[in-house]
Formats: sequence, C-alpha cells, structure tokens
Amino acid sequence: MKSIKYFIPLVICLLLGACAKNNDKVSSKLEYQCPMKCEGDKVYTKPGTCAVCKMDLRPISKSVKKVLSDEISEESIFNLTSKWNTEEGKSIMLKDLKGKTLVMVMIYTTCKAACPRLAADMRNIEAKVSKEYKEDVNYVLISIDPKTDTPQKLKTFAIENFMDGEQWTFLQGTESGVREFSNVLSVKYKQISPLDFSHSNIISVFNPQGELVHQQEGLGVDNKETILKIIETVKK
Amino acid sequence: MKILLRLTVCLLMLNATYSNCQSKMTKIRGGEYIPLYGRDSMKVSIKNFSMDVYPVTNKEFLAFVKKHPNWQRSKAIKLFVDESYLREWKSDTVLNVTQKLNSPITNISWFAAKSYCESKGKRLPTVDEWEYVAMANKKMPDARKLKSYNKFILSWYEKPKSYNQTIGSTFKNYWNVYDLHGLVWEWTSDFNSVLITGESRKDVDTDSNLFCGSAAINATDLMNYAAFMRYAIRGSLKAKYTMKNLGFRCVKDN
Repeated sequence: MKSIKYFIPLVICLLLGACAKNNDKVSSKLEYQCPMKCEGDKVYTKPGTCAVCKMDLRPISKSVKKVLSDEISEESIFNLTSKWNTEEGKSIMLKDLKGKTLVMVMIYTTCKAACPRLAADMRNIEAKVSKEYKEDVNYVLISIDPKTDTPQKLKTFAIENFMDGEQWTFLQGTESGVREFSNVLSVKYKQISPLDFSHSNIISVFNPQGELVHQQEGLGVDNKETILKIIETVKK
Repeated sequence: MKILLRLTVCLLMLNATYSNCQSKMTKIRGGEYIPLYGRDSMKVSIKNFSMDVYPVTNKEFLAFVKKHPNWQRSKAIKLFVDESYLREWKSDTVLNVTQKLNSPITNISWFAAKSYCESKGKRLPTVDEWEYVAMANKKMPDARKLKSYNKFILSWYEKPKSYNQTIGSTFKNYWNVYDLHGLVWEWTSDFNSVLITGESRKDVDTDSNLFCGSAAINATDLMNYAAFMRYAIRGSLKAKYTMKNLGFRCVKDN
C-alpha cells in the first residue's frame, strides 16, 4: 500500500516531465527573422528586435503556421469532384491543392494569340510576389483543350515557357470537368476550329481554402491588386 | 358495374401513358445547319442523339431532390446555386400550392440541371444541338425563314408567366419534341461559349459580330431577332444563376 503512495507521484512526475520535454521541442523549432531582412537570412531562436532596424522579429518557422481545418466552405472549389492529370502525369482532384493560395488561369498550348501573353502575365505575377511566399502560392494553368493538351504536351509547354518550377502546376481534365470549372471561374470559351478557341482572359486568385478572392480581367493589365490579394491570403 | 370497370381501366391506361410521356425521349436525326451565330458562319454538324420530349417538370425534380438531398434548397452549396434556387418551394421537399406538378421546373442552376441529367444517365444538350431541334415547326425541320414560326416565338417573349403552364401545352414539332418555344428558356451544356459579355468585349476580338446588338439591329428578318434573344440570355448567365423562367431538358447520345 505504501509503495503505491510513492508510485503515484512518481508517475505524475514522469508524465509532467514528458510533457515539458514536448513543449521544449516545439518552441525550439520556432525561428525568428527581421521582417526587413537587415541581416540577410539570419535567423534567431528567440523573439526580440532586429539589431539593425530595431523592428520586432517575426516568426518564420513552419510550426507556427495556421492549422487548416478539414472543413471546406460552401463556396470552396474543393467541393468539385472532377479528376485532373498534372503535367507530371499525376492524377489529382482539386482538393489536393488545398493549403496554398491558388492563382489560376485557363489556356491552351496551341494558342498563338492571347495565351502566350496570359502566360507572361502569370510569370509577371509570380516574379513580383516576394520569394518569402514562394512556398505558399501555387500557380495553376488549366487547359481548355484536354483532347490536345496531354500531360506530355503540358510539360513541354511548361519547360518552353520557363514555368517548370515546383510552384507551377498544369492540369488536363475531362471535357465536362473543364466546362464545369470554367463555369466556376466565369470563364467563357468556345472552340472555333480544331486547334483554335476563343476564350476570356481571366486570372483568378483563391485562398488556401479554395474560396475565390479576386479576379483580374484582360491582358497585360495592372497586376498590383492581384499581387496584393495573393499576399493577403498568404498572410492570413 | 361493367361500365365502371371499363372506365377505371381506361383511366388507368391513360394515366400510365401520361406518366410514361414525362421522361419519354425521341430520336433526333443529325445533320448540318448554319446557326445564327455559327462558328465563323460555318456549317455545324450534329450527330444523332435523343432528346427529352418535354422539359423536366416540378414533379420530376421533386423526386430528384428527395433522392439526392444535397440538391435540396437548404443543402445545395453556394458554389453551385444562388439565393433564389427553388425559392418558390414551400420547403425542401414540398412545392408551393400555386406550383403544378406538371409545370416545368425553374429557378434551378446549371449545376443542378447538369447533375439531374447525369443522375438519369443523360446530359444537357449543347447550344448547337438545342438550336438544331428548335428550328423546326410542326411540319418542317428548319422553319426559321417562316414568318408564322418567328411570330409565335416573339409573341411568347411578350407573354407573362408562361412558366406556370403545364408541359405539352405548346406545339409538337417535326421531331416530336414539345415546348422548345413558349414555356421556359432552357439551359444548355456549353451556354458559356457565347462570348458577348463584359470581359469578352474587352479582349475576345473574334466575335465582334456578336455584341452591341448590331446583329439584331441589322437583322433583316424576325428570325435573327428571336434567336438573338436566346443567345443574349445565354451570354448573360452564370452557372450558379437561377431564374423564374429558366428550366431545362436532357439529351442522350444514341
């Protein structure tokens, strides 16, 4: 009986100890950095102020990232159940893209008129969004010509247009899946000959939960607001 | 007694044929034609297919939402429907007293219509398919040049609340299809291929013949005006929109 009396505190102690250790691990993962990057990529292990500009250090570690809930809202594009192939030959659903800000545009690779300019607009946006957010944004190009644009074709297009990095995704869908998705984006398109389509030029921004937050219409337009919205959704 | 029995049998049979009619389809023989806004005035070729004889009714859609609760008014998600989806209904599964079972279903979005057709193993017709069948009158497969045909369509545009009529109340056309003109507008699978709205005016130049109403103003006959109205409506729609006078019917590949 007496031994139990000693045993219980011992167990509690052990449990507490274990907990404390876990806590240590989490906080040691946090890293802080000057928001102005006065000292380059230098990181601190504790919160404080920047030695150069005296601004508060900002946590940069992944472990402090907001935890995304599994719930998706009614307006989320992740409600769509259509299947897509990526340029790498992977089969995915849109909800597999959850967790990152999505910048989406509909194009087709045999297009000679608007699409190269649309692709250029996408590259411009990508270049202007700070490297700091690179990991948090996915740039997605969806083909409106799924018959012609196979994953191989999309891969070639990606390489030719310098859009082959991790942050770029190209999607081939089914004809009805593409039509449905164009309706979600309010993009209009029509096949006018076997290799030619007319289509509206819209770049859409979705937050990491798949809700539409911004649309940029037209070619070569001022993309300031689009970039602002992208950064806003990443920071939230 | 015998008469009574005969009468009930007769009634039953009538009823049976009537309810059969509702999801009845009819074969459409394909062909070529030039739509009002053809692809660069080129002929469009249509393959053989089957089309619902009538638009989908309140009764049929009611059965559909009972079987697929995710399309009930309170459960359908905002990505797929706007606020006025099935607005007139009394509740999720009860029609309003003023709505007839055999009136065409309206206030449904493109997503809902598409899902309904898919649940029956069918699909929505394309704009080209719909227009191909709709250019027929009672006797001719292409009556677009007839004054009487166009007058009928235009007189419907002026008639209020035609969606309250029951299916089959207009004429049966050459293909044995009813109500393409006269009851409700109908969804098509690729309605968003009509590029006549804001953003297209800015940056899609291949369709300059489509907008600013020039096509209607220059039209020398009523035919273009009647069809122009349909294309204008399609161009103004978004897939989650619902309208009091917009319904649908399904088609199937043969």
